This record gives sequence, C-alpha cells and structure tokens, in this order.
Amino acid sequence: MPEYMLLLYAPEVDEAQEAERWAELPLWFEVTESLKAAGVHLANAPLYPVSDATTVRVRGGETEFTDGPFATTKEILAGYYLLSCPDLDAALKAAARLPTARYGSVEVRPVMDMANLPGMDSNGE
Amino acid sequence: MTVDEVLTQTFRHDRAGILATLIRRLGDFQLAEDAVQDAFADAAANWSRAGIPANPAAWITVAARRRAIDRLRRTQSIADRAKRLAELTRLDEQGDQEEQMSTPEADTVADDRLRLMFTCCHPALAVSAQVALTLRTLGGLSTGEIARAFLVAEPTMGKRVVRAKRKIADARIPYRVPEAEELPARLGGVLRVVYLIFNEGYTATAGAELVRASLCEEAIRLAVLLSELMPDAAETWGLLALTLLHDSRRGARVDAGGAFVPLDAQDTELWDEAKVEAGRSALRRALRLGGAGEFQLQAAIAAIEMEGASSGAIDWQRVAALYGALASVAPSPVVAVNRAAAVAFSGSPQSGLALLAPLLCDATLAGYQPLHATHAELLRRIGDARGAIEAYRRTIELTDNAVERAELERRLEDVQTADPVAS
Repeated sequence: MPEYMLLLYAPEVDEAQEAERWAELPLWFEVTESLKAAGVHLANAPLYPVSDATTVRVRGGETEFTDGPFATTKEILAGYYLLSCPDLDAALKAAARLPTARYGSVEVRPVMDMANLPGMDSNGE
Repeated sequence: MTVDEVLTQTFRHDRAGILATLIRRLGDFQLAEDAVQDAFADAAANWSRAGIPANPAAWITVAARRRAIDRLRRTQSIADRAKRLAELTRLDEQGDQEEQMSTPEADTVADDRLRLMFTCCHPALAVSAQVALTLRTLGGLSTGEIARAFLVAEPTMGKRVVRAKRKIADARIPYRVPEAEELPARLGGVLRVVYLIFNEGYTATAGAELVRASLCEEAIRLAVLLSELMPDAAETWGLLALTLLHDSRRGARVDAGGAFVPLDAQDTELWDEAKVEAGRSALRRALRLGGAGEFQLQAAIAAIEMEGASSGAIDWQRVAALYGALASVAPSPVVAVNRAAAVAFSGSPQSGLALLAPLLCDATLAGYQPLHATHAELLRRIGDARGAIEAYRRTIELTDNAVERAELERRLEDVQTADPVAS
C-alpha cells in the first residue's frame, strides 16, 4: 500500500490562542482514533515550536549549527527521518551524516512526548 | 560579618556550583534557578533571626533542594518528574545530616559547573543566547544587568534567556562535558563566549563609556574557573593570560579627559602589575602545554607588545610572525589587518600596505573600521597625505565610540596641518 505523509502547517500563535488550540485535543484524538480503527494510521505527533529547532548544514567538511529553522523559499521539504535518540547531540550528529546536509539543510525539531501534553500528567507522583 | 556580607559572599562564590548541581538533579534550568533564588531569600529572612549557619553554602544547598521539591510537586510539565522528585526527596532525607556538616563534595560541584558551562555554550543555541545564559547562570548577573551591558532592551534580553532555557528543556540539550572527540571544538566555543563577554566589556561598541568593568571581571572569573576545571587544556590558560594582560591596562587606556590612549602612548605606571604578572604566568603555563592555539598566540602577542611599550621598542618582527601563525590557525579580517600593521611596523610599510590591498578590495569589509583605521595610519607613515586624509575621513564615518572618534579627528587634523595642500 502506498504511504502518505501529512505535513501540518499553522501560523505561530500567542499563549492564549495556544491554549484554545489545546482545548481541541479531544477532536484530535477522535480523528486519530478513527484513522487507527480504519487501519491507515502509522504515526503522528506534535512538534515543539520552530524556536526549538536547530538547523544542521555541512559545508567544506565543517558542520555548522544554526539556532532556529532554516527557511528559504528555494529549499523544499524533500524527506524525513524520525529518530529516537538519547539527546539533541545524537540527533544533530545523525543529521550531519545525511547527504542533504551538504547541499541543503536538515532541520532538527524535537517531537513532543504525548505523555507530556499540557493537562496530561501521566507521570503521576 | 553581617548577614548581608555573608549572603553576598556566598552568592559570589557558591551560587553557580549550587545551581549547577541542582540543574543536573532537576533537568530544568528555570526550576533550579527559581529554587536557588528562593533559598537565598529564605536565608536573608532566616539568618537575621536564627543566626548565620556554620556553613552558609551547605545551608543554601539544602534550602534550594527543599524549595525545588516544593516547586516540582506543583509543576506538571517536567520530564521524569516522579523519578526526579523521588531522588531529591531521598537526598533530602539521607544526605541532609552530612551536607549540613560539610560542604558538598568539591569534585562533583566542579564537574557540574563544567557541565553547566558546556550546556550554556551549546552550539545549537544562538551565540547571543549563549552569552546571556552564561552570564546569568555562571556569573549570577540579572537579566537587567546583562541587557544594559549589551545595550539591549530588558524585555528583549528576558525573552532571549527564556527561549534558550526552553530550547534546552524541549530539545533535550544534554547536560554534560562533551566526549574527547568533540571536546576541542566545543571547548573552543566556550572560550569564544567568555572572550566575547570580555571584549564587550573592554571595548564598548557604542556610546561614550570605554570600559564596562563588570563584564571584564566576570569574563576573567570565568576564565579562571575554566583553567581550574580543565588545567590540561592549553587554551584555557591562553584565554586567561589574554584577558588578564588586556585588563591590566584598563586604567591606562583612557586619560583624565576621557580620551583613548593607544598602547604606545600609555603610562605603564598605570598598568596593574599584579594582573600583568598573573597574565604572564598563565601564558607560560599555556606555552608549556603547547598547541599554539589562537588565545595563547594572541596572549603572546599582547605580552610582547606590552614588553615593548615598557622598554620603548616593540619586537615587531616577532609580532608579525605570531600574527602569521594566528592567520593560519584562526583566519579573520581582524588578524589579517593586525598582521599587515605588524609587518609595516617591522620596517616595511610597503609590504604592510600590500597585505592590506586584497582586504580593501573585499566589498564585505567596506564597513570594517579597523581596516580603514590601519590603512590611514600606514598611508600617513609613508607620507601619502592625500590618501591618509581620505582614509581617516572614511574611518571617522565608521566610528561610533566617541572617545576613539575624537582621537581619529585629532590625527586627521595633524595630517591636514602638516600638509595643507593635500586636504
């Protein structure tokens, strides 16, 4: 079966609007659950904001890190890797190994842990 | 000592270590900072009533840990909250007695401060954020103080710090000293941040105030700390030597009227002898460890120039050779311009001007003030009054610092007076 990636774009919002969006969480769950029930769901997760991004580029053999996204109109989203790493350093090291880092950019965005979503304290005490 | 004096002393000497350890245990900068701040407030309230404890640092450590436990209980969004809470509570119950009696293990605190330094200067953070975080967590400067030092509005600086802390937490920037293979590059980043702090204090980029002493002192404190924590890394000593040698001349760089005094015209009596000696001693240590890194090369250059200023004759040939070495280790327009000047001063102004020529053709350096200042000076020396006047005018346009501007205007006037036809 062919696979499709759904890329979710949204304008950045302030804290109040952010809270409004989180209030829609049940709606998200409903959609996700129905996709799971239909057997088409592979994975999904919210990302931390672009301010938590690090852009990795390799130029002249040197690895360069930039705080934030590297957004230019000339570069297009060409693919993705989803990695599970102990920390950011491990993810950045992997990013620098990808050939795209040499002629484009690899943006490393942390994925939110579903257990740490606002209002969901599954850690307990 | 009064309660205030003990608090100030404890804040200066022990806060960074206490904070560093608590950050490791909590995995969260903001929470740890808040808890340490609470602990100092508790101390201020408690000590004047109950008396100053025998070991103030240990008292603060325990108080900060308890405040952290309270805050952790109320905060939902911390990763591994339950695990961290259990660990802190265990420490509080078991280690309490011991830590009240003795200072927390010195080695652990030293390691934590080093971890803190590497995390604050992590390359995934913007350099401006690295500087702010370092000054705030290791230096104990308030956001307002950092904002004023860097001529940034306080809310802007506040946002920068908050955002950096958030990224450390969200993206899981690790809290550790990098492994051997990454260490040289990462240490270089840390040293550059400390040097940036020093330079910002040493040469104000704008405004009338030439020296912002507190930034210089903070940077030297950080350089001392790094050389203590990583004594085998030559460059930690190189940076310490460089900052001490520059800072020793602080009192001689500006005259009574506030005018900038160049090195060759400085009253060496005004140099801080103790700092000069400490700087030389750090430089010897760096040179023994070897490696010819950028900071020890720069410190060696500063030492030779200062010897020369005292004796009346700078060994420009050695300075030019050191700049040559520096140009291969850490090439930059700054180094290239200084190298050209040293070559010119060593007896061949034409060779110096030849080294400047490619830089003057580089459009990206059109607004680089030191390039034009050096160009003007070398043209003046070879007697090209017309060229010098033009170059001085260009330099003055590019100079924000009022003190330096006045000195350049004086030199321009000298050339114009000596050769009225050329102007």
